[in-house]
Amino acid sequence: MSTFHFTLPVSDEDIKKVRIGDIVYVTGLVTTGRDDVHHRVVVSGKDSPVDLKGKAIFHAGPIMKDLGDGRYKIISVGPTTSMRMEKAEAEFLAKTGAKIVIGKGGMGPKTTQGCIDNTAICTIFPGGCAVVAAEQCNDVEGVEWLDLGMPEAMWKLNVEEFGPLIVSIDSYGGNLIEDNKKLFAERKEQALADLKGKLNYMS
Amino acid sequence: MPQDKDTVEKLSELISAFICYAAGHLPDDVRQRLDEMSKIETEGFAPQIYDCMRKNMEMADILARPSCQDTGLPQFFARVGTKYPYLDEVEASLIEAVKKATIRAPLRPNAVEVFEEYNTGNNIGSHIPWIDWELVPDSDELELYFYMAGGGCSLPGMAKVLMPLEGYEGIAKAVFDQMTTYGVNACPPCLVGIGIAGSAEVAAKLSKKALLRPVGSSNPNPKAAQMEKLIEDGLNSVGLGPGGFGGKLSCMGVNIEQASRHPATLAMGLSTACWAHRRAGIRIKPDYGYDFFTHKGVTL
Repeated sequence: MSTFHFTLPVSDEDIKKVRIGDIVYVTGLVTTGRDDVHHRVVVSGKDSPVDLKGKAIFHAGPIMKDLGDGRYKIISVGPTTSMRMEKAEAEFLAKTGAKIVIGKGGMGPKTTQGCIDNTAICTIFPGGCAVVAAEQCNDVEGVEWLDLGMPEAMWKLNVEEFGPLIVSIDSYGGNLIEDNKKLFAERKEQALADLKGKLNYMS
Repeated sequence: MPQDKDTVEKLSELISAFICYAAGHLPDDVRQRLDEMSKIETEGFAPQIYDCMRKNMEMADILARPSCQDTGLPQFFARVGTKYPYLDEVEASLIEAVKKATIRAPLRPNAVEVFEEYNTGNNIGSHIPWIDWELVPDSDELELYFYMAGGGCSLPGMAKVLMPLEGYEGIAKAVFDQMTTYGVNACPPCLVGIGIAGSAEVAAKLSKKALLRPVGSSNPNPKAAQMEKLIEDGLNSVGLGPGGFGGKLSCMGVNIEQASRHPATLAMGLSTACWAHRRAGIRIKPDYGYDFFTHKGVTL
């Protein structure tokens, strides 16, 4: 298990150094984007208003405080469930050139293939730790597509040593959470077998 | 009788302060269980995740901020005494309190109007805040629970009606199937709420109410308590670990609530609460004195 400190944008070379189970910290521009942003870019075919080439897309819907004059203060920003973006992520990576996905929980086979095809990785920020994440953001550079509402808009965050980001999918087809899920499924069968006959409350 | 504006003002101020505090502080029982679990989870990614969780709780307290960005779709469970003098003002006060807390905490605006598909921006929407009402005879108090369930831990939610011959094992199977798939993404260790009843909507509602019961409490029915323990131990043997990264444990606990069923149906509901289980309970007296019983010793 290795730890990497990347400054965004990252190169394919850097991405290729990383394997599942490694830990990454990033510095630079991280942009939030979740269901509606993926829908606009992939289904509606609009171009991302933020240049994401070599950068990170963060599955997150923050709480922001409007300070007026287009300035915002970040209050809380933790990762959201990445699996919701499974349907669109591979195409999103291909279209935008984003290299690092930051989110929560696993993603599926389509995204795994997308990471191979686009030399990209998926990572997980510890879920529910939204104040820790907010305090790693130096400032909010701006916002795009605010018409989607606060959680769904694209917030441009300048982050420093943002992490720990645990690598869940690498550019070689490795998928940490899918591996875990296989193990959980096997253990589940054993647990259910052990319960047999113990819940027989009907006489 | 027209609503009394002063009462709505006073009551909504108190409830808004209650919501703001709850957004940044987990209840006593949840904190205690997480502390116990972190001492057992000493391998793999678990210590790092628990460290991050602990740091987040500390920072949320110091900075007075919502500990998670997803402050949920506002939902109250109200048990109102039939002799509570401000019965007419309760609903207006709850709505006003959500408006105030959305600005003050601040909470994330999460009410999205269905079909029109836009975020209302202030957490007020059709039937939102959702209010579940119960009347308590001969009481002059208002007992309120506010529960901030995020989207992540709401995704595993489900209800279905089993045929009775599928038995209680059928319920267990549905819970295990859901927790080992969707549950992995729901910020484990979760508290698992199970409702058992005669129809889907009753089972679903009871599963949510089960999450309002303290972590570590048992169903008063010995058989139900046994089922809680068996499912908890079984889920823990799967070892989801914090964040689904694997570990020795899976959940904070399993709470079951039940209603009588129909002879021909065995309905089950499942609700899950993430580790950041922001459930808050308060008992308010007619003179606005209160008992913030999920967060002992806290003054609002």
